[in-house]
Amino acid sequence: MRLMAVDRTALALGLAPGLMLADARARVPDLQVSEHDPRADQDWLERLQAGCVRYTPTVALDAPDGLVLDITGCAHLFGGEAGLVEDIEARMARLGMTLRHAATGTPEAAQALARFQTAPAADEAAAVRRLPIAALRLEEESETALKRAGLKTVGDVASRPMAAIAARFGEDAATAIRRLLGEAESPLAPRRAPPPMMAERRFAEPVAKTDYVLQVLEELARDIGRQLEERKAGGRRFEAIVFRTDGLARRLRIETGLPTREAGAMMRLFRERIDSLSDPIDPGFGFDLVRLCVPRAEPLAPAQLQLEGGSVSEMEVAALVDRLSTRLGRARLKRFRPRDSHIPEQAQLALPAADAAGQPPAEWPISAPGEPPQRPLHLFDPPQPIEVLAEVPDGPPHRFRWRRNFHEVRRFEGPERIAHEWWRREDGLTRDYYRVEDAHGRRYWIFRHGLYGSEAASPGWYMHGVFA
Amino acid sequence: MGESATTLAALRRHIAGMELRQAPAGALFATGHGPLDAALGGGLAYGRLHELFAASADDAASAAGFAAMLALRALVPGKALLWLRTDGAERRSGCFHAPGFAELGGDPDAVLLALAPDDVAMLRCAADAARCAGLGVVIAECWGSPRVLDLTASRRLALAAEKSGVTLLLLRIDAQASPSAADTRWQVAAAPSRALEANAPGPVALDIELLRRRAGPAGMRWRVEWNRDACAFREPALSGAVVPLPFGRPAADSGPLRRRA
Repeated sequence: MRLMAVDRTALALGLAPGLMLADARARVPDLQVSEHDPRADQDWLERLQAGCVRYTPTVALDAPDGLVLDITGCAHLFGGEAGLVEDIEARMARLGMTLRHAATGTPEAAQALARFQTAPAADEAAAVRRLPIAALRLEEESETALKRAGLKTVGDVASRPMAAIAARFGEDAATAIRRLLGEAESPLAPRRAPPPMMAERRFAEPVAKTDYVLQVLEELARDIGRQLEERKAGGRRFEAIVFRTDGLARRLRIETGLPTREAGAMMRLFRERIDSLSDPIDPGFGFDLVRLCVPRAEPLAPAQLQLEGGSVSEMEVAALVDRLSTRLGRARLKRFRPRDSHIPEQAQLALPAADAAGQPPAEWPISAPGEPPQRPLHLFDPPQPIEVLAEVPDGPPHRFRWRRNFHEVRRFEGPERIAHEWWRREDGLTRDYYRVEDAHGRRYWIFRHGLYGSEAASPGWYMHGVFA
Repeated sequence: MGESATTLAALRRHIAGMELRQAPAGALFATGHGPLDAALGGGLAYGRLHELFAASADDAASAAGFAAMLALRALVPGKALLWLRTDGAERRSGCFHAPGFAELGGDPDAVLLALAPDDVAMLRCAADAARCAGLGVVIAECWGSPRVLDLTASRRLALAAEKSGVTLLLLRIDAQASPSAADTRWQVAAAPSRALEANAPGPVALDIELLRRRAGPAGMRWRVEWNRDACAFREPALSGAVVPLPFGRPAADSGPLRRRA
């Protein structure tokens, strides 16, 4: 077992990552050790990344223990680069984290300098050249090969012709060097694309009450509504981010079926979302920044025409669908479309109602007029096994037992033969459906699963649905 | 031939729907069953709370079917039907099957199904839905007797329904009848249907009883059948042959029959 990370005191005592645990215990008998949990570390890093979104939307992960922020054009909001770094350090200190930082022109250079820089240098280029070749992040073999060749710092490698380096150590090494020196482009992969529209409010004093935060959110919603009106658009998806003073953040997402810019509608949905959260929002030491973004917007006409109240009722139903979807979950509010399949349980497609707005009317197949209903109103998923008394090989059911009750079949219609989809799988069983009515007048839909003899030695019977 | 008949039926329904665009408040919708409508004074009221009880837990499907059929009578084309169920209901009596709804004469495109995790959430959604004037009918399927569904709750639902014009059908399965503010209260049980050729089950037949009514007498029972082509209830036709007329003689009095030795 090896040490993966050590704290300052351990460093001072001479322990370093990579040391065997037995050796470390030998040197420092009363060593406190905890299990390495890379998942939890990654999780924590992602939470810090979410918190750093307050400075810039372009924050990338530099696993396992780094973050890269693109502060082009936003450093002045925090008092320049120095002010920004001070702010981050203060917040991280509240979380009990210490950090090493560097600000350069390219992400690779920043990562390398933050990790490996030991002494201050005249300027960025000189600092990069002084870095050890571990900063190139090449594979072990390439690193040892470079060391054996006598190249110890990045400057040494950079002074050699690139073609030779590429030929000996591969294209990757050459690209890494070029990126580090700032000669090649290396775009950051941010966590999310920056949203088209955003409004935010900063608090001078940290705020811990959720009510006040909701009030501020309402004001922001009105601001956003005005911005949307100027662009003649409405938002379909809204995101509210509340940032804590210690650098962590919490996101609340809502979506609507029709584009909207009404603050009232947005706030109703946000309140529903907060009510339905599984773990409540923890303010920690307080929130100091609230931001409202609109990740998805669509064109919306300036004013809604009201023609005989038709469009108003549609909007009301859409608003209700939004509320219930936000409260229960998108998948729990369904609309149905027909599917072209003769297998009964696949004859319909259940779509979330939030997606299914504005679809053209569909053709649902029905049986001939004058016939009683051939399909039940309720279908069991999966079909429930029953015990049936019927003649072999393909006689109709006389009596069956379901859920511990006996039912005498007084009337039946069938069999309706529904074969399996032979083009999908070879070993399916044919079903013979019977529409049966028992002595009380209750109507059931049962089937024999498999043909007697040819498909199954003793076919089972199942209850698939109940008619009205 | 069959195809044109289906198209004709659909066209008839569409034209019938076009004639009634907006249900006037307090108006009545007829069920189509003559004696039933006469007893109700024209039919059931739009925009009110109606309670439907299943006679036993085994009649759950029949009660749900009755709710669906009443909803089809009360639905104005262009408005949606919202069916509220709980996860427990889906487990016990099966999932909603849209082709089955189409077979009863309904249009599954107009149906919105909401699945709540439990009764309390379902009733909250029902309260919100009752305030949404864009819906035509709301069916709230409630199993058992939850404590939250008391007189106050049902009065709130009834008031919300009256204000918005939404017809609210509260389907209570496996439940005790308790005081409520419903306009009418029904009990539904399955009934043996009229046999078709080869002893096949016939159209949907139900035994319904009017348990309570806000304004008027109650306690009557009817056996109704559902005509899915006309989307209406009707009296069940008498099964069995009619007495044949004697050949060559008028059916009127032919003297008392005498037994010949």
